[in-house]
Amino acid sequence: MNKRAVEITVNGTVYSDEVEPRLLLSDFLRHNLGLTGTHVGCEHGVCGACTVIFEGEPIRSCLMLAVQADGCRLETVEALGTPEEMHPLQEAFHEAHGLQCGFCTPGFLMTLLPYLAENPDPSEAEVRAAISGNLCRCTGYQHIVDAALLAAERMK
Amino acid sequence: MKPAPFAYLAPASLAAALAALDQHGYDAKLLAGGQSLIPVMNFRLAQPGVIVDLNRVPGLDQIERNEAGGLRLGAMARHSHLEHSETIATLAPLLSEAIPYIAHPQIRSRGTLGGSLAHADPAAELPAITVALEARFRLQRANGERWVGAEDFYRSLFMTALEPEEILVEVAIPPLPANTGHAFLEIARRHGDYAQAGVAALLTLDEDGVCRKARLVYLNLGEVPRVAYQAATALIGNRPSPSLLDEVARTAAQEEIDPTDDIHATAAYKRHLAYVLGKRALQQAATRATRLVEG
Repeated sequence: MNKRAVEITVNGTVYSDEVEPRLLLSDFLRHNLGLTGTHVGCEHGVCGACTVIFEGEPIRSCLMLAVQADGCRLETVEALGTPEEMHPLQEAFHEAHGLQCGFCTPGFLMTLLPYLAENPDPSEAEVRAAISGNLCRCTGYQHIVDAALLAAERMK
Repeated sequence: MKPAPFAYLAPASLAAALAALDQHGYDAKLLAGGQSLIPVMNFRLAQPGVIVDLNRVPGLDQIERNEAGGLRLGAMARHSHLEHSETIATLAPLLSEAIPYIAHPQIRSRGTLGGSLAHADPAAELPAITVALEARFRLQRANGERWVGAEDFYRSLFMTALEPEEILVEVAIPPLPANTGHAFLEIARRHGDYAQAGVAALLTLDEDGVCRKARLVYLNLGEVPRVAYQAATALIGNRPSPSLLDEVARTAAQEEIDPTDDIHATAAYKRHLAYVLGKRALQQAATRATRLVEG
């Protein structure tokens, strides 16, 4: 196929690769780079599981082509903490029971990270609006909202 | 759920993008924010032969005041930038107020003004807003350009005045007359879902509180944004009393829209929504206009 060279900075590391134009950014992250923290749910922009931070803004990586990210910078959930040393946002999700199966969690984290950076003191209603584009099918949203508010408190 | 193969072009200038359209015609599809196009490509409902990506074309994302005192907006201005623009909040607050209703934050990071307008989804907010604001669109082709009013731009479901070799590059929004109140309301089953019904209202009062201009535009209650002309006629020359606004909204919901049944709601229910939303929007616009008159 007609492959194109791309150079994409993910979590501070520059990756060079050759991709088909139709390769979605979400698949590039998972299959080409092995960064499987970004989850793929609906693949048509409804569930928010594949949310990553592109040039500072949260986007759905299933609605962007990998070639479009050539020369750009993005962050995935792998940019956060490690199991030994979690990011305060991850810690808050852990403590407030903001996840059960965890499938949607990377999307929630990568949505909330830039949101809380710009809105350090959100109300509950504002948090709900901020995560309106992320679906969770098992925890329910109450604990996720609690986790976001707890994280906001700690990250101030 | 992956797109079918296509040839990918990422022109670095508007001239190159127009040349690509000229060359590929109906085979080519413009990629702006991709928030509507990529999902249908993932489903393979759309299988364009050539994608012309506008994201590398510089100078299409301006948000600024134009010479007329209105707004000049580039087609590639993203929803999130429109949403947080002080210039828009000042010159076209109706637009600022409608943007948070568009989908979700992650979609608004990528979605563009021009993409939404050219896609012409009857449930989308921006087509109705631009019709309400009497915006004009600049359509560029390789050998020239033309301006089309928002109302004439929308032809049918997902159908616009755009020719395959044209690109919508700029939106001009005229300045609002003094003492103009605005309102935007919609009903969706969940926040960010497509609206079952929505309405934009603009009401201009003179110093005596008499209505001099009115604009009531409905979304998703017809194939294209529906302008309630009779409602405007009934309002002009009168004071916006609650009973008049109620009557106008009721008549408009009966006579000036064309809702259809779908799996979520009957046409009759949508007419009810149009009435209630229309009444509330007119009341809110009237209250705001009155406040402006009273200074």
